[in-house]
Amino acid sequence: MRPYLMKGHERPLTFLKYNREGDLLFSCAKDHTPTVWFADNGERLGTYNGHKGAVWCCDVSRDSRRLITGSADRSAKLWDVKSGTPLFTFEFDSPARSVDFAVGDKLAVITTDPFMEQTSAIHVKTISNDPDEQTAESALIITGPPRVRINGAVWGPLNRTIISAGEDATIRIWDSETGKMLNESSKETGHSKTITSLSMSEDGSHFLTGSSDKSAKLWDSRTLTILKTYETISPVNAVAMSPILEHVVIGGGQAAIDVTTTHHRAGNFDAKFFHKVLQEEIGCVKGHFGPINALAINPDGRSFSSGGEDGYIRLHHFDRDYFNIKM
Amino acid sequence: MVEGMSMTDIEAFGNRLGIDIRQIDLDSIQLPPGEDFGIPSDDEEKLRQEDSLEFESGFGNIIVVDNLPVVPPEKYDKLEGVVKKIYSQIGVIKEDGLWMPVNPETQKTLGYCFIEYNTPQEAELAKERTHGYKLDKAHIFAVNLFDDFDKFMKVPDEWAPPEIKPYAPGENLQQWLTDEKARDQFVIRAHHNTEVFWNDPRQSMPVPVYRREYWTESFVQWSPLGTYLATVHRQGAAVWGGAATFDRLSRYAHPQVKLIDFSPGEKYLVTYSSHEPSNPRDTHRVILNIFDVRSGKVMRDFKGSADEFATGGTGGVSGVSWPVFRWGGGTDDKYFAKLGKNVISVYETETFTLIDKKSLKVENVLDFSWSPADPIIALFVPELGGGNQPARVSLFQIPGKEELRQKNLFSVSDCKMYWQSNGEYLAVKVDRYTKTKKSTYTGFELFRIKERDIPIEVLELENKNDKIMAFAWEPKGHRFAVIHGESSRTDISFYSMRTATNTGRVSKLTTLKGKNANALYWSPSGRFILLAGLKHLNGQLEFYNVDELETMATGEHFMATEIEWDPTGRYVATAVTSIHEMENGFNIWSFNGKLLYRHSRDHFYQFLWRPRPPSFLTAEKEEEIAKNLKKYSKKYEIEDQDVNAQLSEQDREKRRKLQESWESWIMKWKQIHEEEKLERQQLRDGEASDDEEEYEAKEVEVEEILDVKEEIIPYEFDQE
Repeated sequence: MRPYLMKGHERPLTFLKYNREGDLLFSCAKDHTPTVWFADNGERLGTYNGHKGAVWCCDVSRDSRRLITGSADRSAKLWDVKSGTPLFTFEFDSPARSVDFAVGDKLAVITTDPFMEQTSAIHVKTISNDPDEQTAESALIITGPPRVRINGAVWGPLNRTIISAGEDATIRIWDSETGKMLNESSKETGHSKTITSLSMSEDGSHFLTGSSDKSAKLWDSRTLTILKTYETISPVNAVAMSPILEHVVIGGGQAAIDVTTTHHRAGNFDAKFFHKVLQEEIGCVKGHFGPINALAINPDGRSFSSGGEDGYIRLHHFDRDYFNIKM
Repeated sequence: MVEGMSMTDIEAFGNRLGIDIRQIDLDSIQLPPGEDFGIPSDDEEKLRQEDSLEFESGFGNIIVVDNLPVVPPEKYDKLEGVVKKIYSQIGVIKEDGLWMPVNPETQKTLGYCFIEYNTPQEAELAKERTHGYKLDKAHIFAVNLFDDFDKFMKVPDEWAPPEIKPYAPGENLQQWLTDEKARDQFVIRAHHNTEVFWNDPRQSMPVPVYRREYWTESFVQWSPLGTYLATVHRQGAAVWGGAATFDRLSRYAHPQVKLIDFSPGEKYLVTYSSHEPSNPRDTHRVILNIFDVRSGKVMRDFKGSADEFATGGTGGVSGVSWPVFRWGGGTDDKYFAKLGKNVISVYETETFTLIDKKSLKVENVLDFSWSPADPIIALFVPELGGGNQPARVSLFQIPGKEELRQKNLFSVSDCKMYWQSNGEYLAVKVDRYTKTKKSTYTGFELFRIKERDIPIEVLELENKNDKIMAFAWEPKGHRFAVIHGESSRTDISFYSMRTATNTGRVSKLTTLKGKNANALYWSPSGRFILLAGLKHLNGQLEFYNVDELETMATGEHFMATEIEWDPTGRYVATAVTSIHEMENGFNIWSFNGKLLYRHSRDHFYQFLWRPRPPSFLTAEKEEEIAKNLKKYSKKYEIEDQDVNAQLSEQDREKRRKLQESWESWIMKWKQIHEEEKLERQQLRDGEASDDEEEYEAKEVEVEEILDVKEEIIPYEFDQE
């Protein structure tokens, strides 16, 4: 089916997120306003105004009432999804790069970038049910290695661990109570370049990472063993997993800085589908004219959206044929 | 050199560390034994493993001049002045680089001196130029390189018969031709690695044969018959080969070698280097060596300024057109020739001297080329005297130097010669001026070499103004292809040197209109041709059958920069080399345009098929095989089927296993997930739902009043 081309952002997209029911799609971009769309027809519902910098990441609570966003303006904000009013602002000393609600939505993990003297850090915040009682206090702060950016942090099973990945190509599992590092991916078998994205499976048993080393890898969330590797021909910026089929989708393309100097077809700005188990490429979806920075599959598994450096979100509903692919 | 520390420095350093150096008994310090004090250096380890490739002792820039007059101290300065004057003309003598020893008893000189230059090249040049220099009747200079003295001293005074080494059978260097699956090899160079593979299209993958890091310092090259792989290093070139692994077979010392070239029968290897002159106004100095490939001996060397070797031709490195020496046709490596000013110097390899001791004199000769099969030279002389003397193309027989045929051509701007691979035909592309001299048009002169008196036929394209973009003969065949037209819209025409009824006339077969192609690649066995659009055409490929005059397939290798057929004409490799940053690697296609497999590699530099020597089968035998091809091919078809069946079986098995292991992994997880269900529920404040919970979609209409505004609208009754 023809994709919906959603033009609402003025700058490159950075992140996409569906709510649990899959009727809303939240998008973040380098312009300062996260936006919410109807996930079915791509109609724009509204924006969340208040950030003063690029918005890197967002997460929505299970009941679709709260939205949390992390921004380069050195803050993370809690929003009321329905009215778009900011409820609370967490202030930091450096840009907030990634945010993730824990199971139960009573905790959130926020990572901050290394900046000047600051090292990168993982902050755990308690989220109050009543926004008036919300405090800025961190339940836990884990400092990362110096001068290495953490590009993604998500909660492990039962909120017991936090899994982080970043520029040093290493994935680390931390104890979410004590902040102790429990496990670290090996340099030999793991990624060899910056990990750009991290996506948890529906049930939290495994997660997918995308890296500039032109590959995506599937990991066991408890043991940190590599289950699968998906090789492609250009750096990977975004990854997502289908909740209903054994498919993964990875997107990326040559670095934005090189795009103007080469033919547009040299960029490989397609979303590539791989069979999750067989690690074979199934097909690809073309359309963006800049690298893909964000990918998300609807929780019903029947549509997906991609956000590019070109400022567009492309919302694709899968054809019937897609569900009959035989491998 | 690092200057040694003085004692005061050491003391100061000691003070800084809080040590009084004077109180230390230096003799009490015991250094570990051995030159390296027990600290092995990893560099050295490497050096020891690599057998030393060092050919210079470091005194290469010193010469010894003998037979100088013996003079008393009064005349010392005068003699020194004379020597200095002679030798500083040749190169820059180092400061204090001239040393004339003196007999301590008589205070007279000893009749020789040492001169140190900045570079070994200058020293060599000085030796060459002044050896035998007559200062006066009694004093004829004897000049030697300092390094050579060692060598000369080692020569025993008595002649001893050379030791005859027992014959050791070598490896079968052509083992690769006996591959059971009749596969071909190729070499690739990517990043620091040089790797040799089998092309295995049945398995759709390259099968590694040999791989080595830092194998070469610039490039690799197969010898023309595929026996050797040559690598290039700072100290010289080397060739590798063997039955199973690539062992070094021979080395050819040539410092700073830049280019190499094999003779067609791979008996000889020509190496080339160019050296910066110490005086920037001088031209580069060029050294060429011709080695015997098997013995590694230098058969002849050529030295001189770059100008002497830069005549004619185009391209090459630093003005020299490569190859400088072009080898005569056939694989017997009998002759080679060099283009000079008004001459073509033809050498023969028996003695490595000029044939008849003199060059072939041709006034103003601009270019020449050998027939690929026979000792025939074709040469081109441009128009002279403002058109009074026409341009001409001549054919000369070697070694007799008789002129076989000559053709005068008028108002010519340029000529290019194309030989058919069997030497049967020669096509000369002639660019002529139009009457106004403002533009040029192109025609062809076609020579039939093998026929009596060598008849010449003129061919002009239907549209004379078309530019010729490419021309290529069918290997071993009688057809040729031409790309002509403007760069945006090109046509491709095929011609045959025969017509259906008459073998002595050229005829056009067909013209393909409006093709996106700018390069032609015939299959080495003829019949099929790959029409390629490289560079700005982004790697469009069209596989064309010239027998049937139909397109078999079209394809694309985006951004492809290089195309090469395998030596059998069964497969084609297209490659994107490191000219482009993205998508480096190569694709292998079947002759009929089916993409067999891709292989991507970052920093991809070279792809070269290993050439095959010509077949030993006679023409009749080959014809017989062609006739009974069906019978022979049956066997291979069955083999193919078996392999296919096996592969798909393996594939299925592999997939099944993958799926199984995945499922078992998932099952294990599901169990844990189930066990944790309660805990998750607690985390969610007892919300009974888990991911598998079902929810109902309910439509709820909510009305929300955002804003209320009261406005009084003026209302007027209409009175009418």
